[in-house]
Amino acid sequence: MSVLENKDKLQRLDEVIAANKGSRGAVMRTLQAAQEIFEHVPKDVQIHIAKGLGVTLSEVYGVATFYSQFSLEPRGQFVIGVCLGTACYVKGSKNVLERIESELDVQPGHTTKDQRFTLRDTRCLGACGLAPVMMINDDVYGRLVPDDVPGILDKYRAM
Amino acid sequence: MELFRSHVLICGGTGCTSSGSAQLLKRFEELVEQNGLQKEVKLVHTGCFGLCEAGPVVIVYPEGAFYSRITVADVDEIVSEHLIKGRIVQRLLHKDSVETTGQVRALDDVEFYHKQKRVALRNCGVIDPENIDEYIAFDGYKALCKVLTEMQPQEVIDVIKASGLRGRGGAGFPTGMKWQFARNSENDKKYVCCNADEGDPGAFMDRSVLEGDPHAVLEAMAIAGYAIGSDQGYIYVRAEYPIAVKRLEIAINQAREYGLLGENIFGSGFNFDIDVRLGAGAFVCGEETALMNSIEGKRGEPRCRPPFPAVKGLFDKPTILNNVETYANVCQIILNGADWFASMGTERSKGTKVFALGGKINNTGLVEVPMGTTLREIIYEIGGGIPNGKKFKAVQTGGPSGGCLPASLLDTPIDYDNLIAAGSMMGSGGMIVMDEDNCMVDIARFFLDFTVDESCGKCTPCRIGTRRMLEILNRICEGKGEDGDIEKLEHLAANIKATALCGLGQTAPNPVLSTIRQFRSEYEAHIYDKHCPAGVCHKLLRYEIDTAKCKGCTLCARVCPAGAIMGSVKEPHVIDPTKCIKCGACMEKCKFGAISKK
Repeated sequence: MSVLENKDKLQRLDEVIAANKGSRGAVMRTLQAAQEIFEHVPKDVQIHIAKGLGVTLSEVYGVATFYSQFSLEPRGQFVIGVCLGTACYVKGSKNVLERIESELDVQPGHTTKDQRFTLRDTRCLGACGLAPVMMINDDVYGRLVPDDVPGILDKYRAM
Repeated sequence: MELFRSHVLICGGTGCTSSGSAQLLKRFEELVEQNGLQKEVKLVHTGCFGLCEAGPVVIVYPEGAFYSRITVADVDEIVSEHLIKGRIVQRLLHKDSVETTGQVRALDDVEFYHKQKRVALRNCGVIDPENIDEYIAFDGYKALCKVLTEMQPQEVIDVIKASGLRGRGGAGFPTGMKWQFARNSENDKKYVCCNADEGDPGAFMDRSVLEGDPHAVLEAMAIAGYAIGSDQGYIYVRAEYPIAVKRLEIAINQAREYGLLGENIFGSGFNFDIDVRLGAGAFVCGEETALMNSIEGKRGEPRCRPPFPAVKGLFDKPTILNNVETYANVCQIILNGADWFASMGTERSKGTKVFALGGKINNTGLVEVPMGTTLREIIYEIGGGIPNGKKFKAVQTGGPSGGCLPASLLDTPIDYDNLIAAGSMMGSGGMIVMDEDNCMVDIARFFLDFTVDESCGKCTPCRIGTRRMLEILNRICEGKGEDGDIEKLEHLAANIKATALCGLGQTAPNPVLSTIRQFRSEYEAHIYDKHCPAGVCHKLLRYEIDTAKCKGCTLCARVCPAGAIMGSVKEPHVIDPTKCIKCGACMEKCKFGAISKK
């Protein structure tokens, strides 16, 4: 099923397209809005944007795949971002990431089969004082050791 | 104006917000109201204080009591004891902020702040960034007023040139010269851009300025606009900095409301407005021409230069692009004069520099010091040294474009030229300290992994060259290094540096080159002895049980996920190296310290 079948969301996207059509930087702004509306920008959304703005699909696809902010696949209910900035890395965030990989059986950049968790290795979150750090949706967990992982994940599994 | 008997400053920077400072503010608000203190106590949600390690941080004035690592429960005690009864809660004070006699030490005398000189960060952690009146009370928009009413555009540029201010984004190009080029370009439209796409891992000074003192950036951009003849500014800021984005937007709206942005500012006939553009997560967009492509809504790929942006930049119009921290210095230079600014620093690097100090260091946080301060002063005096009695190994500056400096270079006075001579660079100001447990080959690999991932793919040396280098480093870390690998890395590095299109590619080999230069023996140990001296590279590790210490408790054999540990109860155990997956679970669990990794 296409995400465009949701009429409310489609209408919101069309409003953004109408507001940006012909203006400079329209592709980027429209994609950013689409990412917010649909939480990802699958192929049919990209085609819709390209047609609406009167630009080629390759231009839209080029921008959508260039920036890490845009996700072409749906994300899980909980997005786990493990910081791999330098400060976190030298304090062992890789071990934390590996522990999550094995606990959830998922690789960074992917979502668990049950669509519950998306694991990402992120760039510096800027909370270097709490290194190593991870975020699960908006919650921040700092000063982590790998053994903290199962307990934290259990909280979300129970939700 | 209302007068309050106490001011409570609660840090609202990202570090402290991550450790729950918003809940502290909420609890303070509840308790102040419950106790009817609204007219006596003023709560201020400020930007970053700098000492993130101690977060969340609360400071109560007039006493200057510096409370660190505060929890919601502690707030109740601070309100009932300090704000109501006037008794400072000694047990919650930051340990370094109390004299041995028990007296509270002034904030400036706390070791972490003592050697610092705050110019760019002067208002961070002092004012409420969401209130323009507080900025104005601290001389805000006075520099813009002076420029518009008393100075010619060329005079402004002359002052910036005379101050010696150089770009704080990393490359250190003289700011005044950049402005002069753009001023000299004739065109009906010009742009002033601010680079707030802070992407270096482990660097967060720009974010702190935006979160703590957004108006300082807006004011400086307007000054730059007047100097070069532009009426439109853009701030390109990372979408991953939600607090900074929100405060910028609030600040822009307030400045427009006050007539400090918009048309006919200060009745001078000068028009200037600023818009925010969100970065979408691409490191290369910190490069100036890539950033401009991104603002235009395209893929953020760098352009060939020349033409330089001062001639043909954003939307093909003359454009200047400065970093957040550079702008944060501008108003102070206008107000205090070029001589004042030039009196700080070294011969060729003037003023101060903000560093984000992190990694294996006691006082993680943001520090601002005069140029010329030594690495040793920052790491040991301000940073409080290395935790857990470990030995210092290296300090990394300049992020993925920089390098690692060993203990022998700790007394280097920091400035643009000294760092380059030492094989690193200033970069935007990340300063990551590493101890004996960090492997330098692994660190080089970490940075290269970052650049490979962030390479935009436009030019071949960067797209393919860095990947080939990463493959060699991966092999070395896996114990498959060969004789000649170091030379191959150096050869590839030289070619990439000479031929890549933009700064990202040209500097990408630096972390590898600097670690080869300073820590060659570690590379050799990996390649020839198949040994990782720091014990980081998994595949090169060997776990061993000391038979003299092993009591035969069987715990290790039970936790081993690979069934690699054999032995009977009360007899020393042995690890089968062919089965061992080097996870380290046994060593973590052993109560007798009998297991070691080599």
